[in-house]
Amino acid sequence: MANVVMPQLGETVLEGTVVRWLKQEGERITLDEPLFEISTDKVDTEVPSPAEGVLERILVAEGQTVPVGTELAIVGTGESAAGEALSEEVPRMAAPAESATEVPAIPAAPAAPVASAPLGTSAAAEVPTPPPAPAVPESVSDDAGTEAGERLPDRGPRSAILSPVVRRLAREHDVDLARVRGTGPGGRITRHDVEGAIVVGNVPPDGESAALSAPEAAPAIAAEPPPVAQAPPSAVTPVASVSTPAAPSSNEPAVTRPEAPVVANEDEEVQPLSHLRRAIAGHMLQSTQTAARAWTLVEVDMERIVRLRERVKEAFAAREGFKLTYMPFVTRATNEALLEFPMVNAELRGQDLILRRHVHMGIAVSIDGGLIVPVVRNGDEMNLVGLARAIDDLATRARGKQLQPDEVHGSTFSITNPGAYGSLSSLPIINQPNSAILSFDAIEKRPVVVDDAIAIRHRVYLSMSWDHRVIDGAMATLFLTRVKEHLETWDWDEDLDHG
Amino acid sequence: MSQTAKQVEAGAAGHGAEPRGKRTDAGEATYLVAIAEAIWEEMERDERVYLLGEDIGVYGGAFKVTEGFIERFGTERVMDTPICEETIMGMAVGSAMEGMRPIAEVQYADFIANGFDELVNVAGKYHYRSGVPLPMVVRGPSGGGVRASSFHSQNPEPWFAHTPGLKVLCPAFPSDAKGLLKSAIRDDNPTIFFEHKWIYRRIKEIVPEELDFTVPIGSANVRREGSDISIVTYGAMVHKALDAAAELEHKGVSVEVVDLRTITPLDTETILRSIEKTSRALVLYESHRFLGVGAEVAATIAEDAFQHLDAPVMRLAPPNVPVPFSPALEDAFLPDVADIEQAVDRLAAW
Repeated sequence: MANVVMPQLGETVLEGTVVRWLKQEGERITLDEPLFEISTDKVDTEVPSPAEGVLERILVAEGQTVPVGTELAIVGTGESAAGEALSEEVPRMAAPAESATEVPAIPAAPAAPVASAPLGTSAAAEVPTPPPAPAVPESVSDDAGTEAGERLPDRGPRSAILSPVVRRLAREHDVDLARVRGTGPGGRITRHDVEGAIVVGNVPPDGESAALSAPEAAPAIAAEPPPVAQAPPSAVTPVASVSTPAAPSSNEPAVTRPEAPVVANEDEEVQPLSHLRRAIAGHMLQSTQTAARAWTLVEVDMERIVRLRERVKEAFAAREGFKLTYMPFVTRATNEALLEFPMVNAELRGQDLILRRHVHMGIAVSIDGGLIVPVVRNGDEMNLVGLARAIDDLATRARGKQLQPDEVHGSTFSITNPGAYGSLSSLPIINQPNSAILSFDAIEKRPVVVDDAIAIRHRVYLSMSWDHRVIDGAMATLFLTRVKEHLETWDWDEDLDHG
Repeated sequence: MSQTAKQVEAGAAGHGAEPRGKRTDAGEATYLVAIAEAIWEEMERDERVYLLGEDIGVYGGAFKVTEGFIERFGTERVMDTPICEETIMGMAVGSAMEGMRPIAEVQYADFIANGFDELVNVAGKYHYRSGVPLPMVVRGPSGGGVRASSFHSQNPEPWFAHTPGLKVLCPAFPSDAKGLLKSAIRDDNPTIFFEHKWIYRRIKEIVPEELDFTVPIGSANVRREGSDISIVTYGAMVHKALDAAAELEHKGVSVEVVDLRTITPLDTETILRSIEKTSRALVLYESHRFLGVGAEVAATIAEDAFQHLDAPVMRLAPPNVPVPFSPALEDAFLPDVADIEQAVDRLAAW
């Protein structure tokens, strides 16, 4: 007998949603045969069966979001009378719509990565044993299973300890603590964390926690009269709010967001945000709040590359089985420039600058319902054809939701290519924790002055959003100019010949 | 040692009758000089103010705070007494009843225990019982860190802070010492003024010279602004806390230091305001941990600032043993900068 658990898809992924069971209870299944589909912050994918046998019992219904490590199903020999008896005994997961507060005992998830203490990084390391907490009921976590209404997701051994100030701030600002990620030791939610949540409107600072629920993402501090919709009991947040145990006193000013369910006008439609959408929202917001973004634009003459591509594209497609796009050219030129300008390829981590010996290029790929940024690892070691293959492979699998978790993080720089949709120039948001992102827009014919004559050339605007905390204007411009030089002057034929 | 510092040391040792003359050229006064100035100015201002104590006159005081006073004010206003604290306190109480404003010195604060009954049972309750005010000040050098062992290093402030009717002051800076002592002399209540002997000659600063400069009794002072953790403390520990806060700033921890200055009446408002800001409190004190001044501060925070706390209130104070004579043991006994940093780390990591 084998227990099927929610897999850890990527080291920062804390929970996942069971999208669809591909087998029904009682059905036979072979080892590694796809058993169910899941959706996480990082990827949507099929999960194979860990054993051969019969799917005896499904413990987590479709649409449910549960922590990593949660038992989802049992694959057995089929002799234990799959179905009837057992499923009578064991309460099933309720259907998503009713399940908001009905959480079965969930095995403790692996401890969340413990962020450094908010007050000085050495603190946690030097003093591993925190003093006892007379004022804070530790028991919150103990009876959490029975008090489903107050339960927090198990994001760390101390994530359920709620200090007085945390409780008060959450109540006053209507912050749902189930959606706040604790950065204190053991995942404890600190005052700092709640204040952060108040500022950003309950969006987890790094977007890692799948806990933000979209319709509620309006800043809690805004508290404007137009009632911001609260999500209906949502499939993606099986934990009920802990911000509500204190009964609102009658003389409290009515400035906080009403707890009413979503009210949509007749001509409106309520659509809960997808996992992907929520993750994107979190990441984008976090980036704008983190980086000191600046932007620089150059114009590149693509005439030689356009002509080369026209000349070779049919042979290339026949040989490689996919179309040659402009992305590998831009990626190749950028990789080379990044090796020359390591600051542009760097990451600001705390008070330190992390420089890299390699380029791991994030390639923004548009997919159904959002976008994803798979990573070409060690792209600086690849030539044009190698990059073309890698990019095509990642993009194809991204659209087919076939990416592996480790293929969507670890980038050191990113490129987005909205030109495919016709944009002339874009102002992209930096893909954290990168320090810059390049935008490659539409190539079009423009009249330009060449040798004091007006010529028609294929031109493109190449621009970069960059983090002024790390990079300065001169460097950003020199870097972009270097990419431009590579694109305009390299002998690309030679690169293509060495496929 | 710089020329200026030499001058201060010499001045603080008590040369010349004018306390003002003991300041540096820049106008800085040590804690000891500031105290001498306060007494001097108040004696000039009000002839009901007089001094009594052991060796304060001809000898100028064990720490030379009152050197030169007997020459200026005469033996009737600067009285050398027998070695009997009960007598000193009794005389102070009796003369205060009659409208004088005595300043009684105990040579070391530890010896105040000999006059305990006069202070606790008489001075503290006299106005309550008879409606007659007792405008008297008892001052004495308290505190450890100077290798003076268990009879000369104690912090008796909790004994008197526990007694209704007495005001207890423990300044940490020269200006506060001068301003608070002047306030105490002008106050109609019996006031115990503890001068930390470790601070006497170690800390100097520009001290106001206006004759009416005072510091209100019952008001704490935020000595250093910070946002992450509040250290609530007083006396010599203020200086340790400030040193620790400077170190911790390098580690990215922003520490607020609240100097109580007055033990009773306790300025709870300033304490609570700081905790509301930082949500974490380290109460640091030099009296014994058990039932020491910080125990009351910690209880006040827990009771009145509970909903602002993000971590348990923590105390850092010496254990309940006599102040050791061995330098190594005394160092272990007293909280130092490293102890404070460690406590802050622990609090931060809670």
